[in-house]
Amino acid sequence: MQIPAGVEPGVEGVALKADVRDLDFYYGAFHALKKVSMPIHDHRVTALIGPSGCGKSTLLRCFNRMHDLYPGNRYAGGGIVLHPDNTNLLSPDVDPIEVRMRISMVFQKPNPFPKSIFENVAYSLRVRGMSNKSELDDRVESALKGAALWNEVSDRLTELGANLSGGQQQRLCIARALASDPEIILFDEPTSALDPIATASIEELIIELKEKVTILIVTHNMQQAARISDYTAYMYIGEMVEFGITDQIFIKPQKKATEDYITGRFG
Amino acid sequence: MSEMNADQKIEHIRGLIALAKRWDLFFTILGMLSLMVGLLTFIVLFVDMAIQGVPRLSVDFFTSFPSRKAEDAGILSAWVGTVLVMLLTALAAVPLGVAAGVYLEEYAPKNWITDIIEINISNLAGIPSIVYGLLALGLFVYYFGFGQSILSAGLTLALLILPVIIVATREAIRAIPQMIREGSYACGATNWQTVKDHILPYSLAGILTGVIIGMARAIGETAPIITIGALTFIAFLPTAPFQGDPPAGLFDWIFAPFTVMPIQMFNWTSRPEAAFTENAAAAGFVLVFMTLAMNGLAIYVRYRLRKNIKW
Ligand SMILES: Nc1ncnc2c1ncn2[C@@H]1O[C@H](COP(=O)(O)OP(=O)(O)O)[C@@H](O)[C@H]1O
Ligand SMILES: [Mg+2]
Repeated sequence: MQIPAGVEPGVEGVALKADVRDLDFYYGAFHALKKVSMPIHDHRVTALIGPSGCGKSTLLRCFNRMHDLYPGNRYAGGGIVLHPDNTNLLSPDVDPIEVRMRISMVFQKPNPFPKSIFENVAYSLRVRGMSNKSELDDRVESALKGAALWNEVSDRLTELGANLSGGQQQRLCIARALASDPEIILFDEPTSALDPIATASIEELIIELKEKVTILIVTHNMQQAARISDYTAYMYIGEMVEFGITDQIFIKPQKKATEDYITGRFG
Repeated sequence: MSEMNADQKIEHIRGLIALAKRWDLFFTILGMLSLMVGLLTFIVLFVDMAIQGVPRLSVDFFTSFPSRKAEDAGILSAWVGTVLVMLLTALAAVPLGVAAGVYLEEYAPKNWITDIIEINISNLAGIPSIVYGLLALGLFVYYFGFGQSILSAGLTLALLILPVIIVATREAIRAIPQMIREGSYACGATNWQTVKDHILPYSLAGILTGVIIGMARAIGETAPIITIGALTFIAFLPTAPFQGDPPAGLFDWIFAPFTVMPIQMFNWTSRPEAAFTENAAAAGFVLVFMTLAMNGLAIYVRYRLRKNIKW
């Protein structure tokens, strides 16, 4: 992997795509993230693990400023710097729409719009003002191929997205997230509503996707983190306990708390 | 109970169930009776009206102006007036009501001012319609100088059904799952793009249902229309655009005097001759039919639009 100029290499010399620096976040008076720091490596899969309620989703949703949609939520210090342009995503000067145009998201439950398969994927492009039919056709096709869904839906693009199976719907949402050519895709427990076979196909897809895009994934399934991620961050009650190369985190964690969680002694 | 054997236990349980189920039967009958009271009253009224009125229905009845002779009298000016007033009511109330509902749900900051506005919108729906008539008399008829016109009537009824449309819009919008909204914003959509591409299309069925229910209420309103001064006897139609001499402008008809169906009925029922009562019954039949048709439309529209949306 080529390291872009001006970007510090992270662990193992891989370029950084983003880094979280001393991030504090509040839901009203509740301090949900406490001085969280972690690097996000370019074209790698980074997994966030930790017990339910520890702040994984909260951290993930900072990356696309989802918290801005609700009153009372507050970024209270620190930031998330996106490379190579060194933009602080959480800076009040940065428009959340601009952030969401660069970083897309796949949710826990598949949430296709009640529109056709084609329009679901095309929506990411339409909000960017694309309306040329042949251009849309091309981009939708390549996004569906990228999400390993094209073969299953190429002859029924006008059908409703909701008519697909759960796993297909989630891949449709991945295609929607992929269509706009984002720099990072955020996944919030994308397989927790799916059966094991659909889960396996999504996991396989995520591993393939890192060719194209940087991936940050929340999972409460440690085996999943071990299977698909290059780096793992372990969080506990709003704090970043440990970050490292996935193999090291799972084989030889530095912190006792991480080891207890991973070996199932707690959590 | 320990001394019971297995068979006795089953017998005992069956006895308990039978006893409990008697209450089911009791409430089923009670519920059906309650339903019948409402339904039967309506059916009796409607059938009575139909028996009196239907023989009067003919093409002439729809194409004649009211007359001193009951057998010549028709509802031309009344149904045309009702249609035109309803048109203006919809044109005014739908954009205002939908915009207000969307604003309250999707844009308004969640604070005490918004709360007060919300409470008052519900209150507005409960204000007697004649109060709207008085307000409209001062505001539209005199202050704005619209006179005793179709425009004044349309705007009055629009005010009257505005709360219904606002509430229906908000309820329809609230039924949209938050994850759909988040999905849209996550794609990089702005507030307006989210409203136009998702919120409005997905809530359209509920909004239209609310609009039609509001219109069905407005079509039978009499008090506020009398208050602003609808005529009870009118033997001409508003001049259609570009007709007459000098030719009427495109919108001249909105300033024309008018009458509406319920007022025509009211006028006829106050006459002593039995023949006029038949006319009133016939007009009532037409009015009820219009209302039922609107409700039928609401059900159909809801069904068609909801077919694609499952959550
Ligand atoms: N909208 C919210 N308002 C207030 N507290 C919240 C909100 N969302 C989450 N929390 C709290 O923040 C903490 C972290 O939640 P979350 O990030 O969803 O956890 P995780 O994804 O790790 O299970 C939890 O204690 C949760 O109760
Ligand atoms: Mg979560």
